[in-house]
Amino acid sequence: MTLIDLVRKNLFRKRLRTILTLVAIFVAFVIFGVLATFQNAINAGVEVAGADRLITVNRINFTLPMPLAYATRVAAVPGVARVAHAEWFGGYFQEPRNFLVAFAVDPKNYLDIYPEYIVPPAQREAFLRDKTSILVGKSVAEQFGWKAGDRLPLKSNIYTQKNGSDTWDFTIAGIVAGNEARVDTSFVMFHYQYLADTRSFGDGTTGWMILKTTDAKENARVMREVDALFANSAFETETKTEQAFNKAFAEQLGDLGFIVTMIVGAAFATILLIVGNTMMLTVRERTNEIAVMKTIGFTTQRIFGLVLGESMLLALIGGLLGIAFAWLISFAMAGPLSRFGPIAFSWDTAATAFVLMAVLGLLTGLIPAIRAMNTDIVTALGRK
Amino acid sequence: MSAPLILLKGVTKSYTRGKQTVPIFERLDMTIPTQDFVAIMGPSGSGKTTLLNLLGGIDKPSGGEIVFDGKRMDNLDESRLAGFRAGNVGFIFQFYNLMPMLTASQNVELPLLLTKLGPKARGDRVKTALEIVGLSDRARHKPSELSGGQQQRVAIARAIVSDPKLLLCDEPTGDLDRETAGEILSMLQTLNRDLGKTIVMVTHDPEAARFAKRTLHLDKGHFSEKDLAA
Ligand SMILES: Nc1ncnc2c1ncn2[C@@H]1O[C@H](COP(=O)(O)OP(=O)(O)OP(=O)(O)O)[C@@H](O)[C@H]1O
Ligand SMILES: [Mg+2]
Repeated sequence: MTLIDLVRKNLFRKRLRTILTLVAIFVAFVIFGVLATFQNAINAGVEVAGADRLITVNRINFTLPMPLAYATRVAAVPGVARVAHAEWFGGYFQEPRNFLVAFAVDPKNYLDIYPEYIVPPAQREAFLRDKTSILVGKSVAEQFGWKAGDRLPLKSNIYTQKNGSDTWDFTIAGIVAGNEARVDTSFVMFHYQYLADTRSFGDGTTGWMILKTTDAKENARVMREVDALFANSAFETETKTEQAFNKAFAEQLGDLGFIVTMIVGAAFATILLIVGNTMMLTVRERTNEIAVMKTIGFTTQRIFGLVLGESMLLALIGGLLGIAFAWLISFAMAGPLSRFGPIAFSWDTAATAFVLMAVLGLLTGLIPAIRAMNTDIVTALGRK
Repeated sequence: MSAPLILLKGVTKSYTRGKQTVPIFERLDMTIPTQDFVAIMGPSGSGKTTLLNLLGGIDKPSGGEIVFDGKRMDNLDESRLAGFRAGNVGFIFQFYNLMPMLTASQNVELPLLLTKLGPKARGDRVKTALEIVGLSDRARHKPSELSGGQQQRVAIARAIVSDPKLLLCDEPTGDLDRETAGEILSMLQTLNRDLGKTIVMVTHDPEAARFAKRTLHLDKGHFSEKDLAA
């Protein structure tokens, strides 16, 4: 037997009580793990954003269009290495339920500006050659079971065709993978020209522009000059870094960070009370035993350590099980929730969870440990 | 008799209860020679438990000196006192006070967790202690699976496992029937005679006191005359 065994044996004395407490801790850590993973997915766009990429949108609202001709004028601004433009298609497959993140882009520039999108050279060639072809992100392809060569009819909740049809027919030219796991591939992209030639309205406009600067140091000046170009026109622009833009876009879903913090905070406040109460009860029940241990020669520090060790062990067991379960859930989430971003359990989440376990163990054990430490032998044993 | 193991010199002890100060002892002197086996008797509330607490370094006197094995111990700080208790004193209580979640051998091992002994050495010591109290066959039993007498024997094993010089027993047979009490008392006698343990035992039972080498009567904070002569 060691002191650790003693802690372990103490912890599992009231088996049912300990298990119920563990379940509470477990649930709190599952909630934390799952929400943090979801939040990471949504923030992934912010983190992988290119430092030398800027996004120009309509100043009034980024969903409003701007003249296509802007792309040429922006390309002439010193410090701009390359310009691509893109437009939101509002696409879905068969039913609105199967909503897709679908962009109409100018293909060559777009793929050049986003080197993190990896397309096999032959597929890339095929895509650039065929105006009615489409590239499908890997996570979308996996979700629907699509592959290169498949025919893909898509509808739009924004546009109809001039000829009255509501369906655009595409051929899948290839699959886009990310160069690392957190690159989001939950989108499809096709030729802007195909949309421009067929849609019943929206002539000569596009959605937004992506600017690659020659150097991230030029960003501030380029942003200023680009927006100055179109000041006082019918379509004023606002240019931001891609990172700032993605962040603002993620916040469209509501201030997710705040919501996550609130939910996780509530869960932890609850277990703090539950576990703290359990530990307090435990120590009170053992007053006599603690007095006996002190009599035998256990120092106050040792008693303190034993009680704190117990609350730490409790938090650690519940927390590790909870995080392990959240990790398993992240695999199940990856498919259905991929449209929100790449769902992958991160080491950061695990590390934060570990800190939370330590804090939980410390906070719930501290007062009981001090109380145990201060047990007066004479009074405690005299009560018999 | 040999050199004194414990000396009490003018020990005063009082408790403050609210605004009142309740004196228990005033200038109490006492000498306990090495290998003594002394029984302490006296009415309830006379301070028997308080005396054991002072001897065992659980409580501190309000005044006077307590010398153990030639060294003053009444002025030691909390952690030194804990060390003193671990190294020098074995405690035996009326209600055994074993840890319910530990087996007999684990209960006996408990004080050894405070020593530098390795698992092997601890195991040997535990085995020996359980052999001495005749409970080797119950090593894996939990206290709830043992009779009162057996539990008290486990408690004795726990008290002697780190080989202390002094055993302090507060009514060790108070909760046992006469026959079992006799076994426990003979065991204490053996520990005193064969292993040289100095024993101070509080008891209400004159029969129990007869197992000791001598008996002191405590009343109103003093030992009564006849004992001082003994
Ligand atoms: N922690 C304490 N605070 C205040 N008074 C105390 C405390 N402990 C003991 N006393 C008082 O000191 C006196 C002696 O108590 P003690 O427990 O030593 O008596 P005792 O001789 O062991 O009695 P018993 O035979 O009933 O066990 C009693 O009057 C008791 O009320
Ligand atoms: Mg008493």
